Amino acid sequence: MANIISDETIEYVGILAKLELSGEEKEQAKKDMGRMLDYIDKLGELDTKGVEPMSHVFPVKNVFREDVVTNGDIREDILKNAPGKKDGMFVVPRTFE
Amino acid sequence: MAKQYETVIGLEVHVELATRTKIFCGCSTAFGGEPNTHTCPVCTGMPGSLPVLNRQVLEYAVAVGLATNCTISRYCKFDRKNYFYPDNPQNYQISQLYLPICQKGRVEIDSEDGKKFVGIHEIHMEEDAGKLIHDEWDDCSLVDFNRSGVPLIEIVSEPDMRSANEVIAYLEKLRMIIQYLGASDCKLQEGSMRADVNLSIREVGAKEFGTRTEMKNLNSFRAIARAIEGERERQIDLLEEGKKVVQETRRWDDNRGESYAMRSKEDAQDYRYFPDPDLVPIVLDDAFLEAVREKQPEFREDKMRRYKEEFDIPDYDIEIITESKHMADLFEATVALGSQPKKVSNWLMGETLRLLKEKSMDPEEVGFSPENLAKLILLVDAKAINGSVAKEVFEVMFAQDIDPEKYVEEHGLKTVNDEGALRRTVEEVIAKNPQSVEDYRNGKEKAIGFLVGQTMKAMKGKADPGMVNKLLKELL
Repeated sequence: MANIISDETIEYVGILAKLELSGEEKEQAKKDMGRMLDYIDKLGELDTKGVEPMSHVFPVKNVFREDVVTNGDIREDILKNAPGKKDGMFVVPRTFE
Repeated sequence: MAKQYETVIGLEVHVELATRTKIFCGCSTAFGGEPNTHTCPVCTGMPGSLPVLNRQVLEYAVAVGLATNCTISRYCKFDRKNYFYPDNPQNYQISQLYLPICQKGRVEIDSEDGKKFVGIHEIHMEEDAGKLIHDEWDDCSLVDFNRSGVPLIEIVSEPDMRSANEVIAYLEKLRMIIQYLGASDCKLQEGSMRADVNLSIREVGAKEFGTRTEMKNLNSFRAIARAIEGERERQIDLLEEGKKVVQETRRWDDNRGESYAMRSKEDAQDYRYFPDPDLVPIVLDDAFLEAVREKQPEFREDKMRRYKEEFDIPDYDIEIITESKHMADLFEATVALGSQPKKVSNWLMGETLRLLKEKSMDPEEVGFSPENLAKLILLVDAKAINGSVAKEVFEVMFAQDIDPEKYVEEHGLKTVNDEGALRRTVEEVIAKNPQSVEDYRNGKEKAIGFLVGQTMKAMKGKADPGMVNKLLKELL
């Protein structure tokens, strides 16, 4: 494996992804990520000089909607996805800055 | 000698656009709806939902870019900014990092040292987040997604400002341009315009910038000025004590007049941006830009210049009237109906501003029509009503946009021009007030004021004070 993922990197990625990994899971994730990067490295063999980075795979552009209200009140449906609800709102763990 | 420091300030200004619907879905942006009643699968981040760009958002962004002398990107796209926060249902915000819609602009401001330019680094389009409400009772937080997906533009300036005054001049300039475009009402207090201040200090003459901090939660011009002064002092104190300024985000507490460092979100400043595959690229051609350019209004500087040439009104009036596009439109429309400019200006500068202040309203909210103002001016010109009746009628017109002609007719407010009737009333007043008559005849000029007042009262205000005066002098 050409790419070795350090303990610091896996720790950092875990924080960004809000994941708590056990020691065993960390070791496995390090291996998996290393192999993924090896796979992607294959692309590095290509000469991409002068090639614009692609942002979209389909040859489609300029898809717009007009500024007209088309949606009504579907609060009851939307709140069906809430783990908890109160006063018409989603309940989440106490969060503030 | 103590070291001299220079303050270096750049601004990130978020402006909520005045569209009817959200940026990527057909939900209403109306303010004040019951929580989560303006939501759908797109703006609550449901898997499989597809965002589609609101054309009006693009037009407003381009219009603001043109008005601030930016280069408009002919090819632009949206990126995902990834972070976890409960007000952000997708776990990413759709924004623009790599190819923002507008770049490299500038606006001119008046500073202490004359005119100067503030550079605009870029303007990009993005979506707003939901609102978090803290529930003290259950010790949890509640989320309302009505604001999630409301369109914003973020205007990022270059670090070109050097004082609180320059910052405020810059913000006022932006606000004026955007209000004239009708792209937003730009109310700081209500959050439709929000400014984050990036500030660093350096010794006068230094070439390198110092370490900057970012200040959030500034919702009035006063708070911005105070926060800038406070942060400058704080950074100077740190340097003078031999300490370092830490790059961080700070939150301004305007009640306490101080800022504190916000808990870093586990140093997750790594947003892992990447192009949003749900949204296709935007390619702008000359025709699109031309169409937006054609719709640009006459901006304030040009308007002021033209008013000076066209209308015989004082510079001060021009300055006040053009501060609001709505007032300027009202002024011009009323003058176009044949009213004398100075008279129109007097109503706008006097009674209108007084009532706006009294009712804490914005000039944009003035509701009476130019037709009705023109009619009122005509009634006064024709001496059909006197000044105090006119003010009374104006107040009603200001509140309900009534037709002043009809109102005067229906309420019998017309000035009595029948000299015979007026003469009889004046005679009665003279007969009833011998003391004042005596005083006047003994040289107390002021006594006539009392007699005029008594006559007006007897006429229920419907007399021409000039005529009353004349008659009194004649009969005394």
